[in-house]
Amino acid sequence: MFHRRKLLTSFCAGGAWEILRGQPQPPGAPAAARRFRIWDAHCHLHAVPGNTPEERMEVLIRCADRLGIERLIVSQGYSANLHPKPDQFREENDRVMRAVRRFPDRAFGSVYLSPSFPEFSLREFDRCVRDGPMAGIGELEMDKRCNAPEMDAIVERAISMMAPILQHTWLKLDGNEPGESTPQDLAELARRHPEASFICAHTGGDWERGIRAIRDVPNILAEIAGFDPTAGVVEMAVRELGPERVVYGSDVGGRSFASPLAKVMGADIPDSAKELVLGGNLRRLFAPILRAKGYRA
Amino acid sequence: MIVDTNVYLSRWPFRRLAGDETPDLVARLRSRNVAQAWAGSFDGILHKDIGGVNGRLAADCRTYGRDFLVPFGSINPKLPGWREDVRRCAEEYGMPGIRVHPNYHGYDLKDPAFAELLHAAAERRLLVQLVVSMEDERTQHPLLRVAHVDVSGLPALVANTLSARLVLLNWARALRGKSLQSLADAGAIYFEISMVEGIEGIARLSERLPPERILFGSNFPMFYFESALLKIEESGLPEERKKLIFEGNAKRILSPTGRP
Repeated sequence: MFHRRKLLTSFCAGGAWEILRGQPQPPGAPAAARRFRIWDAHCHLHAVPGNTPEERMEVLIRCADRLGIERLIVSQGYSANLHPKPDQFREENDRVMRAVRRFPDRAFGSVYLSPSFPEFSLREFDRCVRDGPMAGIGELEMDKRCNAPEMDAIVERAISMMAPILQHTWLKLDGNEPGESTPQDLAELARRHPEASFICAHTGGDWERGIRAIRDVPNILAEIAGFDPTAGVVEMAVRELGPERVVYGSDVGGRSFASPLAKVMGADIPDSAKELVLGGNLRRLFAPILRAKGYRA
Repeated sequence: MIVDTNVYLSRWPFRRLAGDETPDLVARLRSRNVAQAWAGSFDGILHKDIGGVNGRLAADCRTYGRDFLVPFGSINPKLPGWREDVRRCAEEYGMPGIRVHPNYHGYDLKDPAFAELLHAAAERRLLVQLVVSMEDERTQHPLLRVAHVDVSGLPALVANTLSARLVLLNWARALRGKSLQSLADAGAIYFEISMVEGIEGIARLSERLPPERILFGSNFPMFYFESALLKIEESGLPEERKKLIFEGNAKRILSPTGRP
């Protein structure tokens, strides 16, 4: 359970928020924590300690509580395999559903699919999202680039349920891995499906190029996980895309919750923009499918 | 209270940064409860007039951050007359340490020049901040590709320079597992946290390293300052250990004896 009172007590006792305010135990510290409802678009069970999905989820929730993160969107299970087979996709999705079931008011599952297996992916979407508890698609990884025509049927399925799609993207200096998507690939896919909602995971890593690549495609939101907390990323994203097109995601457990969160907390942007980036945009994006499934958000 | 062991003054060549004017940097750090910041200079990475770089660094620290900014001069041991730069840092500017960027200065740690530099620093009881990387190698400017410093030879070097004291900055992308352990065992090597990642990353690091070897470092203004701070919060460390990382360890190694 998310114990807001416990969380606020911990902040009052002294912690990062207190230091950020620059004064010992300020009466305003709880308000600093309370003023944002934080949702994380991008969580995995990979590289998290624990022998079961439930144990790993307990670790994630313990850390989320320390930072005041309310909701986690979890995908991909334990997998570090970039080219899984259908039975492995199914196993990872089962792990995610087990993990989320342990904390149903703190997390949503998002289904792991691949355009390399289009028929299987549609069946898996139906099992996990249409008929199951999951609320989104992705993070889709680097099995096949996302501008492939095989993605179209998957996106159509997402549109039918108003499920957002989280797509891995990178722009590596020495070239991407085979099958690894760029923000430009995602822009191409998103232009083919203007009714769908896409989240550009990592914003290409090389964010000064990635932000520009998706700027003219309004159904793509930039997500800030998976690269160093380089100063200026959130300011540029908000300037170029508008605050309603930028979302916080962490990419735990390979990354911390903290360093991507710092990109927003440390950004020179108004609190109204931080509210959107930290959770407001995700709540708006997921509202239709969560409402359809009868989830409280 | 925080001692930040890893900040930079002046301009990063590829991006303007909030805090890249020294008075603004000082104000931002003070507002975040930093009591002291160990400052190098971005100019020291690519400039060849290192004497000028260090003179400006010392003046900026004195003018805008007296008793707050602690200058760490840049040394490039591949430049002619580098020993004079060391002398000026120690004698003219009273710096407690120096900062080196071997990968940007074109030498590796097996180069005899680095061993000479370690000896020269040890003779003057200067801390040596060794910067292992500045950027994710995947996102560098295509005209300036710089690999991480290979630190595999460092344990032997430190063992041969018994009084050397090193602080590794920005090391976490290049160093993992056993190599981290062997470095910690080799001698007086300290590790700052700005690039440490992973869930509860600082707690995990403090299980692998003696707690007195871990230093708070933000890599500000290149990184958002809040990153290092929130990573400590995420890790749920006991208050005593947090205090060591925030200030205790840094104060100890900067003290006149420099010893625990």
